[in-house]
Amino acid sequence: MKYLLQRIAFYLFTAWAAITLNFFIPRMVPGDPVQALITKYQGQLSTQAIDSLYVLFGLDKDKGLWQEYLDYWGQLFHGDLGLSFTFFPTPVSEIISSSLPWTLLLVGITTIISFFLGTGLGVLAGWRRGSWADGLLPVTTFLSSVPYFWLGIIAIYLLTGPGSFFPSSGGFDNGLVPAFDQYFIPSALRHSVLPALTILISSVSGWILSMRNMMVTVSSEDYITVAHAKGLTDRRVAMSYAARNALLPNVSGFALSLGFIVGGTLLVEIVFSYPGIGFQLFQALGAQDYPLMQGIFLIITISVLVANLIADVAYLLLDPRTRKEG
Amino acid sequence: MSDPVLEIRNLNVEYGLGDQAVRAVRDVNLTLHRGEVLGLAGESGSGKSTLAYGMTRLLAPPGVITGGQVLYHPEQGEAYDVLGLSDRELRGFRWAETAIVFQGAMNSLNPVHKISTQLTDVLKAHRPDMSESARHARAREMLKLVGIAADRMDAYPHQLSGGMRQRVMIGMALILQPQVVIMDEPTTALDVVMQRQILGQLIELRERLGFSVIFITHDLSLLVEFSNRIAIMYGGRIVEEAPAAAIYRDALHPYSKGLLGSFPALRGPRRELTGIPGSPPDLKGMPSGCSFHPRCPKAFEPCSGNIPVLGRPGTPDGPSRSVACWLHPTEQPVG
Repeated sequence: MKYLLQRIAFYLFTAWAAITLNFFIPRMVPGDPVQALITKYQGQLSTQAIDSLYVLFGLDKDKGLWQEYLDYWGQLFHGDLGLSFTFFPTPVSEIISSSLPWTLLLVGITTIISFFLGTGLGVLAGWRRGSWADGLLPVTTFLSSVPYFWLGIIAIYLLTGPGSFFPSSGGFDNGLVPAFDQYFIPSALRHSVLPALTILISSVSGWILSMRNMMVTVSSEDYITVAHAKGLTDRRVAMSYAARNALLPNVSGFALSLGFIVGGTLLVEIVFSYPGIGFQLFQALGAQDYPLMQGIFLIITISVLVANLIADVAYLLLDPRTRKEG
Repeated sequence: MSDPVLEIRNLNVEYGLGDQAVRAVRDVNLTLHRGEVLGLAGESGSGKSTLAYGMTRLLAPPGVITGGQVLYHPEQGEAYDVLGLSDRELRGFRWAETAIVFQGAMNSLNPVHKISTQLTDVLKAHRPDMSESARHARAREMLKLVGIAADRMDAYPHQLSGGMRQRVMIGMALILQPQVVIMDEPTTALDVVMQRQILGQLIELRERLGFSVIFITHDLSLLVEFSNRIAIMYGGRIVEEAPAAAIYRDALHPYSKGLLGSFPALRGPRRELTGIPGSPPDLKGMPSGCSFHPRCPKAFEPCSGNIPVLGRPGTPDGPSRSVACWLHPTEQPVG
């Protein structure tokens, strides 16, 4: 328990450091958002409009950096991440909350499927070493070296086009309004098939390989021989002794990959123009939309930290050796 | 001598297949009698552990049994060949008839499961009709038997000392009351005090429960003290087999003498420790004839030509022992 509290304290500190950096870095960039907007509207803004923009962005008062920093924290606790430039005057939090579910559903579900599928196949390949399952290995090694955005481009090139079942871009058909009805959901599913398969194919092999190798390592441990000598069924030895122990590194890898759900598959979303958070970040970069970038970075940072914490907790639950007494 | 419980006949074990195969156990004949402690000694690589894994069919690939029989005599009923059992029969045979305490005291327990889980899953597999509480009661009883407090049931292996872990393993080995317990260097990872304590306890348990023990070690001094009979292995063969006292007093094979000369006696006059010159043979390129002859101080003419057979020597206590050496030619091979 003490260990867990220590970890939580550590992650809180890391979060503080990340948020502080997140605050200072954009402020070190020359220019301010109003200048950027003036450039965007190519000087077609009146003086009054410029003044009111300064008020809107909270840049009118000549506050010190320290005061701004405190205000930033205050805003964060109210869920206020500022206003986006590109979608001005939509608040950043609104943009994020509309694009985050897309990413979470697409990448989240594929990551989970990929983990369970890959780990299961890895257990099989590791336990049945020397059988047909070994044939899986060269294929997975090849697939794990293929970048998924390239796989996505190939998929778009080969499988989409006029008359094809698979749409080449977007998260749903134009003209539909996001809602849980019989028109929107099938359309959203149809749009998610290709990006999901792309991620799945390129990520599942990593799980297979690592799980298979751990299974092979664990299989030569003494307690596996003891388990066989005890006359336990092959299944029981494979699951409760070999796979149970081989799983440990994969589980922490899985928890970490949960953290990369939000930021890790940017390129797939770009390739498929999928309305997720990665695509949003890409657009924000192009438009120099600092508040939006800042907000997305914040979300990514927090999700990575939370994933790390989950990894720690998972390890505590699965491996008694990491539990310290007291 | 009492009835045999386990008879090994012409057992051959090889690692690898075809021309590349290494013969680790060669034509071994060995009989374990009911209630006795049979010691199996030899240098590293002499095939003693391979023999143990071979007769229980636990060889990891690429180990294969290429010939022979392992006859097991159950308490009631006909003897059967362990090597001929189906997978299902073999699972039933393992642990219930022959349990093993392995070399690695530290790594024989699965680190992520509690002691209780690892003790009770044997019962779950072999006595499916036993109730949960009965299984736990039996596990606690076994821990008590080996001198571990019952509250250690919920401990994980890393919370126990090496000696305790090995005692848990011994308790686990006896949980189904097997006829045969094979101990493969059970105390190598432990200090000398703990070694004696655990072995003493084991011998006491054997007298109480009446199982037979095959005790494998390279430490001949331990064997002399704890076993009834000793078999010495060299290069995959048994080169001498005799009652423990006979081996200690007058070993016939020069190799056995060499092993005995490698450790100090506790009492008696001081003598120089000699050891055995040279190193164990390469199993891939065994010397011709007696595999020990290149290192043997007494090697003479026939040694490099022909392999001596294990047989009764012409000494007065000949009928109770056997040796494979040209110094003690025999007309009466064993097995």
